[in-house]
Amino acid sequence: MEGVLHQVLSGIANGGIYASVALALVMIYQATHHLNFAQGEMATFSTYIALTLINFGLPYWVAFLITVAASFVIGAVIERLLMRPMMEAPVLSSVGVFIGLLLIINACSGWFFDYTIKQFPTPFPSEPMLGGYISGHELGSTAVTLVVLLAVYLFFRHTKLGLGMRAAAFNPASARLVGIRVGFMLSLGWGLAASIGAIAGMMVAPIVFLDPNMMAGILLYAFAGALLGGIDSPIGAVLGGFAVGIIENLGGAYLVGTELKLSLALVIIVVVLVVKPTGLMGRAVQSRV
Amino acid sequence: MANQGAIEATMGRHAVARPAITPGFWGVALAVIVVAAVPTTLFSGYHLFQLTMVVVYAIAILGLSLLTGFNGQISLGHGAFYAIGAYTTAILMSNFDVPYWATLPVSAVICAAVGFLIGLPALRLGGLYLALTTFSLAIAVPQLLKHKSVEDWTGGVQGLVIDKPDAPFGLPLSGDQWLYLFTLAIACVMFAIAWNLVRGRIGRAMMAVRDHALAAEAMGINLAMLKTRTFAVSAMFTGIAGSLGAIAIQFVAPDSFGVFVSIFLFVGLVVGGAASIGGTIIGAIFIQFIPNIADQVSKAAPGAVYGVILIAMMFVMPQGAGGFLWGLYRRMRRK
Repeated sequence: MEGVLHQVLSGIANGGIYASVALALVMIYQATHHLNFAQGEMATFSTYIALTLINFGLPYWVAFLITVAASFVIGAVIERLLMRPMMEAPVLSSVGVFIGLLLIINACSGWFFDYTIKQFPTPFPSEPMLGGYISGHELGSTAVTLVVLLAVYLFFRHTKLGLGMRAAAFNPASARLVGIRVGFMLSLGWGLAASIGAIAGMMVAPIVFLDPNMMAGILLYAFAGALLGGIDSPIGAVLGGFAVGIIENLGGAYLVGTELKLSLALVIIVVVLVVKPTGLMGRAVQSRV
Repeated sequence: MANQGAIEATMGRHAVARPAITPGFWGVALAVIVVAAVPTTLFSGYHLFQLTMVVVYAIAILGLSLLTGFNGQISLGHGAFYAIGAYTTAILMSNFDVPYWATLPVSAVICAAVGFLIGLPALRLGGLYLALTTFSLAIAVPQLLKHKSVEDWTGGVQGLVIDKPDAPFGLPLSGDQWLYLFTLAIACVMFAIAWNLVRGRIGRAMMAVRDHALAAEAMGINLAMLKTRTFAVSAMFTGIAGSLGAIAIQFVAPDSFGVFVSIFLFVGLVVGGAASIGGTIIGAIFIQFIPNIADQVSKAAPGAVYGVILIAMMFVMPQGAGGFLWGLYRRMRRK
């Protein structure tokens, strides 16, 4: 029983990271109906920025904040330069641009920061917490992701800017008619998604170590989480992310073994798409033909 | 009445049997002979191996092109089928002593079957979801290949080493020369199949589904059947390419079939032109030689170059190099 509890807690810690990345994916999907295949590489690149700043001698949390801000700018710039012209393009074109972006950012990570696997520091104590069930870093990163998710929720629910962004995503034409700058909102959304991804990257790097392909597996879990919760529901994506974290840890420990954890994500994706393509909290899309 | 005449004219044009052997056919045949003869006499060793790999990639991209270019289903995971083909050949050759040529039909059947099975859920997935599922498959492949339960066959992390085939019937050819000609012969067959498939009734149905699924269904096309079968054929092409690739490289290991194989095939497809059969050769040349050139700058350069060119293609030449050249050719002829 203790083992199960341990796995669940550790699953929640991982799940928080998947939930963050899933939220970033869903935010972009809601606004543009594009899936950002480069989300993971963007987060990895941000994590490298953080490591560089820390090695520069900056305190962890200062580096953290600068990284979040820098990621925001990078995300917004990418949206403005590459994604805006692709708004109305066919799916193949947008997928092509995202894959191109993935390759470029991955290469940049390797080019600027080289391919060796690096350790990433954690600001949290290393001794076990809560009676030994969970490590200090896991507890800390869960707290950080929960704070981020709560902040994002409050931002979208209770600020005018958040309302404007939701409006721009929900119905661009009407939003534009009431005076919302839809393009600007999209850039903000991308920036915000990049920042959330950056935080997830910094939280997961001490566990999985930092290398240019660090986020590939995590992106897969985030996809699974986003689909499980419903690709167009932010709250669903967050819950889905946590659920996938727990399923992954329990499944890895008792069902398939740690070597097949990634395939578990694939199974979740296929099962969701076959059994309930809208996910747990998503809306069925109806389109006029 | 005028309408009637138009219909008859259209029917009539189709009714006229096209001559099987046209000047175009002779042109292609001549080109194949040149492509077969010149490198085998001029090049040797490593350069011939590189050309063999170009042919291999061309077949793999051709499979992807049938699915993505002509049927509109985006796959980011064709590296998985490439891996299945490669492993089928390697396992049969090293564990069961099957001759290399006899492994090709087996891997064709296995890949077509797996493609069909993956195509079943894929039916319910619109463009983006299929891309996502296949992308996930591509990420998971190395892990599946490494797993303990199949280790006895796959050789686990170590992979499998296979022998290079010699030229049969005492032909005075080196192993590399023979392998190049063998691969080229298979490629000719595959390209002929693809060409005829796309030009025929099934090809028109595939493109109709791509351009307007609902209208195609209303015309009586069985969407489910067509999409899964296209997926199976596409997987079969890429699987055969994987087999040939394994024979040429003489080695398979899980980590050589990571997500990047799938992405490179996708890059080759887009660069050559998604719906262009000739373009697959351009795409194959691109993914074979660009990394070699870019590698001299930095280890990261091939990825960066791929990425930049991929995005640039999307902006200025969405129909790919093949589509662009074809358009140019048609414009020249009209003048």
